Amino acid sequence: MSVQPSRSQRVDAAIPARAGAGLKAEHIREILDSGADIGFFEVHAENYMGAGGMPHRQLEAIREKYPLSLHGVGLSIGGEQPLDAEHLKRLAALNKKYEPGLFSEHLAWSTHDTTYYNDLLPVPYDKATLDRVCDHIDEVQEVVGRKMLLENPSTYVAFQQSTMSEIEFLKQITKRTGCGLLLDVNNVFVSCTNHERSPEEYLADFPITDVGEIHLGGHAPDRDDEGRPLLIDAHDREVDDAVWKLYESVIRENGSLPTLVEWDNDVPAWPILLAEAQAADRILEQAREPDLKRAV
Amino acid sequence: MQSEMPVADFPPKVSVGDFSAALWDPDAETPEGLIGPDGAIAPKRFSVYRNNVIVSLCDALGQTFPAVTNLLGEDYFRALARAFVAEHPPSTPVLMWYGDMFADFIESFPPLQAYPYVPDVARLEWAWVSAYHAADATPLDPAAIGAVSPDEVGQVRFERHPAAAVLVSRWPVWDLVRINRFDPSAKIEIDLHEPQSVLITRPEFEVEVLLLRPGGDVFVNALMDGATLGGAAAAAGAQVPEFSLSDVLSDCLANGVFSDLRTA
Amino acid sequence: MKHKAMSAAIVAGAVATAVAGLSATAPAHAQAKEKCYGVSLKGQNDCKAGAGTTCAGTSTVDYQGNAWTLVPKGTCVSMELPDNRKGSLTELDRDLPEA
Repeated sequence: MSVQPSRSQRVDAAIPARAGAGLKAEHIREILDSGADIGFFEVHAENYMGAGGMPHRQLEAIREKYPLSLHGVGLSIGGEQPLDAEHLKRLAALNKKYEPGLFSEHLAWSTHDTTYYNDLLPVPYDKATLDRVCDHIDEVQEVVGRKMLLENPSTYVAFQQSTMSEIEFLKQITKRTGCGLLLDVNNVFVSCTNHERSPEEYLADFPITDVGEIHLGGHAPDRDDEGRPLLIDAHDREVDDAVWKLYESVIRENGSLPTLVEWDNDVPAWPILLAEAQAADRILEQAREPDLKRAV
Repeated sequence: MQSEMPVADFPPKVSVGDFSAALWDPDAETPEGLIGPDGAIAPKRFSVYRNNVIVSLCDALGQTFPAVTNLLGEDYFRALARAFVAEHPPSTPVLMWYGDMFADFIESFPPLQAYPYVPDVARLEWAWVSAYHAADATPLDPAAIGAVSPDEVGQVRFERHPAAAVLVSRWPVWDLVRINRFDPSAKIEIDLHEPQSVLITRPEFEVEVLLLRPGGDVFVNALMDGATLGGAAAAAGAQVPEFSLSDVLSDCLANGVFSDLRTA
Repeated sequence: MKHKAMSAAIVAGAVATAVAGLSATAPAHAQAKEKCYGVSLKGQNDCKAGAGTTCAGTSTVDYQGNAWTLVPKGTCVSMELPDNRKGSLTELDRDLPEA
């Protein structure tokens, strides 16, 4: 017999246009004890696919107090083979169980044949891939019974065979499937740096009206074979100043949007992650009250 | 007939299959068609993906097997995990389910043949994580068996709690896991010739790991296989003279080994 | 394997002792018990890249041939072994119990 509180004990599911944080197991007790003032939490769906026990108990406790966003990391939407039907069922079940305000996945693949590679691997931007990705997203939205958001990737290589830009690819997907987008501003900065493109121009072209959520996170600097900058989407530190700047301009020009701060490697103490979310909140507040803030 | 491929008109296509094959084989060339900003093939960039795959999967194993990591040392564990990942990559995106074959792999791993107790340490850690994620169930109320009439109590059969498991070991696996995971500062005299069988349960949300008393493994395994209380007690008593039914039953009832009972 | 059933009275007596003992001293049962309260496992699925351009994924593993030179070396040093041997891992090539 599982301990399932009635759904009326939960706060409203809708994600506010505020900052949230990626939920880490080591922070949960402190979050609940302190009654942290934060807009929402996001979890990686695959960490809650066990039958029962502590993870579900903790997530239910969070869900009672905060809106929740469910972020899948293993569906392999960009894969060449059919989606894993069992995995899709598990995602649908989690959506039903926790009623998350947002549900998202990645423009990437991670499974081929029977092997799961546990990394978000890149896809070429060509017609064949577009058709496949659109079919997969249609299937996800049908089985899960809701609109999903698709996240733009961090990439380290480009495909010579690509026939369209990433933005064009994403625009085609939203047009054909009706899905929304998750704009990861750190991924924009990482990919644009890695491919020597302008992140400002990328963001100016981005179909912002389809964006339902923004991600921010830290990246690690590295170098490629020729000594050119190569940024790694490590989620292991504070959000970079350049990414904050891009984020600020996105919010200033388009208004406030639910914004998640991710920190997955070398996870800091909760107050440090909370401070990152509060920094995002200050930018969101400026967008809500532009005249007041500019007068100060 | 042309002697050269028309490269410019037909850029090389890299399928998911090509990408995975090169990802998995450290000696493979970076697939032609994966490029950096200068349009040239980009081996170091491709190696970022290779590293992510290997390192993240080894990390996942390290999280499930911290006592094995402590026993062998971080460097050895990484190398062992690397070998395991190469032979048994995950077939599910749910990584809490990755590592069920790790103990058997260690058992057959030639460089560790002189350390025959390590596989059971891995088995206990796998049982721990399995119990941690097992389905929720309310443990049997001890009063329920107290209420069965003395005539019928020997015929009682129990329903196993979804989290409950027994690990029978020839090695002091309970001590080894305690000192390498749960209680590193404990002063324990470990006798490598002492067999220890362990009960793993999760009455509510905390996993319990208990050293079974003499005969406890025979008794609990018999009950989990569907034997009656009287039958399981007789089996344990016949094999292990020191077996105490009241003590072992008390441990079982106090720690949620069962979720229900039947008298028929 | 068939065993002669224990007498109903012995089983009933043991059950009564166990149940009575539990209700009397509910949490303080005598058996050693591993304390791991409050342990909450980190989630294992993430969407991060960690290793950068290290060579973690670019080296081969050969443990069947002669390339395997590592020696296990645990970090937990508080374990005391018989015969005053100390260390966290002990090779058992000579004192293996019979299977």
